[in-house]
Amino acid sequence: MDARPIDSIMLEQRAASFTRRSIKEAAKRQGLKMALSMVDLTTLEGADSPEKVRAICRKAIRPWDGPMDSPLPSVAAVCVYPNLVPVARDILAGTGVRIASVATGFPSGQYPLEVRLRDAAEAVAAGADEIDMVINRGAFLAGRESEVADEIREVRSAVHPAHLKIILETGELGNYDSIRRASDLAIEAAASVGPIRDGEVFIKTSTGKISPAATMPVVLVMLEAIRDHYFATGVRIGMKPAGGIRRAKAALHHLVMVKETLGDEWLTPSLFRFGASSLTNDLLRQLIRLDRHRYMAAHDFSEA
Amino acid sequence: MAQRIDVAKTWKLFIGGRFVRSESGQSMPVRHRRHGTTVHLCRGSRKDLRDAIEAACGARDGWAAASGYLRGQILYRMAEMLESRRTEMSEALGAAGNATPARRLAEVDAAIDRLVGFAGWSDKIEQILGGQNAVPGPYYNITVPEPTGVVGVLPPDRPALLGVISMLAAPLCAGNTVVVLAPESHPLPTALLAEILATSDVPPGVVNILTCHRADVIWHLADHREVNAISAVNLDEETLAELRRRAAESIKRVHHERLTAPAWAKHDERCSPWCVEPFLEMKTLWHPAAT
Repeated sequence: MDARPIDSIMLEQRAASFTRRSIKEAAKRQGLKMALSMVDLTTLEGADSPEKVRAICRKAIRPWDGPMDSPLPSVAAVCVYPNLVPVARDILAGTGVRIASVATGFPSGQYPLEVRLRDAAEAVAAGADEIDMVINRGAFLAGRESEVADEIREVRSAVHPAHLKIILETGELGNYDSIRRASDLAIEAAASVGPIRDGEVFIKTSTGKISPAATMPVVLVMLEAIRDHYFATGVRIGMKPAGGIRRAKAALHHLVMVKETLGDEWLTPSLFRFGASSLTNDLLRQLIRLDRHRYMAAHDFSEA
Repeated sequence: MAQRIDVAKTWKLFIGGRFVRSESGQSMPVRHRRHGTTVHLCRGSRKDLRDAIEAACGARDGWAAASGYLRGQILYRMAEMLESRRTEMSEALGAAGNATPARRLAEVDAAIDRLVGFAGWSDKIEQILGGQNAVPGPYYNITVPEPTGVVGVLPPDRPALLGVISMLAAPLCAGNTVVVLAPESHPLPTALLAEILATSDVPPGVVNILTCHRADVIWHLADHREVNAISAVNLDEETLAELRRRAAESIKRVHHERLTAPAWAKHDERCSPWCVEPFLEMKTLWHPAAT
């Protein structure tokens, strides 16, 4: 695998340039709806209860109950811990909203490999359509890259045919060069198991438990890794920034970045997701403002 | 020696404890009647209002939870800061009208006294407006006032300082956070008030001040569902009716009074608990009495 050094100054400038587009009215409405349809509505707390998961599942199907001129999409998926997958399954079966489960010893990944593999396989058996795995950052930072790659291969085999999202936890990787290297490593490891259908494998920035999480330069590095892989092989890997995207405006900035880095083909929930919880309410708030010309209050929306 | 060039102040909006330029990039010229010059103030826009309300919401819980004693100290601190800027404020009032220096200073002094008055009320309102109610049965029945939340304040053109101080301090002392739309024709004293607030330990976001054309933002204020009450004076019937109609959508309280300029000087009337009461919600609790 070739090392691809990153010019961090240019990277940050380019990432910042995506925040200076003027997106108004019809384009804004379209962008907000698209962003809503790409949300992985997430709850990953120790305090998660079945009822909380039921609540977010209902919200995932129908994000807003009030009157709207044009209908709102459902979100792409609900993302929960493996234990709560069956609860989500009961509500989401047949709705088109997918079930994602974190696994492989989320969030640290510091468990024996067999435990992590069983974790992932059981989540799939319980009904998860997508598995968000964490890589072994300890091994990666210690330079044992082949170990990290082997583990990714084993997890992909274990969860097949469920889709796989590979969490790099960029906040722990230190610099852009490492993030690029981890992205390439993850993509190549997943691809080495067998052919990848478009959107079957994602790379994902963060667990949401570490700060900083998904910053725009970090996401751009990962998008470039996806782009280079596409140019080399014609295979479309998906991207999921997660953690820290709370505002509708930030979501629009990300969509601009995806469009101008990867192109329109990636502007679909099957290739791009937002891992978020509070983002949904801000998207709704902005959509409703465009529709009804007034700002809603925080208490107008459910928490989940 | 070369002649010195005057350093003119850039007047800004006061949002979330920071002095910011308007998002709109627009300004509004105001004639300074005494200096014969034109002052350019930021012309706050819908989005500035949105940001101000956001800031007020962020500060709401903290300010409501602060003790009345602390809120009183902070209001008193505002009075102290205004006292030390007496002449500057008098100048700002001069921009707004042709009152004599003595009358302008008298208005500043009255405003300082008004702040001290409301500072005194902050830790007494609860006892005066709340209390224990007599009920037939073995229960304690207690009424506790709580702040309404975010209050939009539309002060009068005159008196340009005493009006805004009175209308600001009343909801503030009760624990509400406030968004003030400065009087359109005499905004300078209110704009200067922001600098006093910034040095008075008022937590960021508790008071936000926009200089603006009212027509640009008033309906957005009325429609915004995060605003819980609006305090206004001397609106024309048509505006008032429309304000009430729009406020009703989110069950906002609209407190409106008709007041002549001299009425503001009556300290006992304009600094009474009944000026605070419109910005309080009464919560009543039942509790079994021990036998």
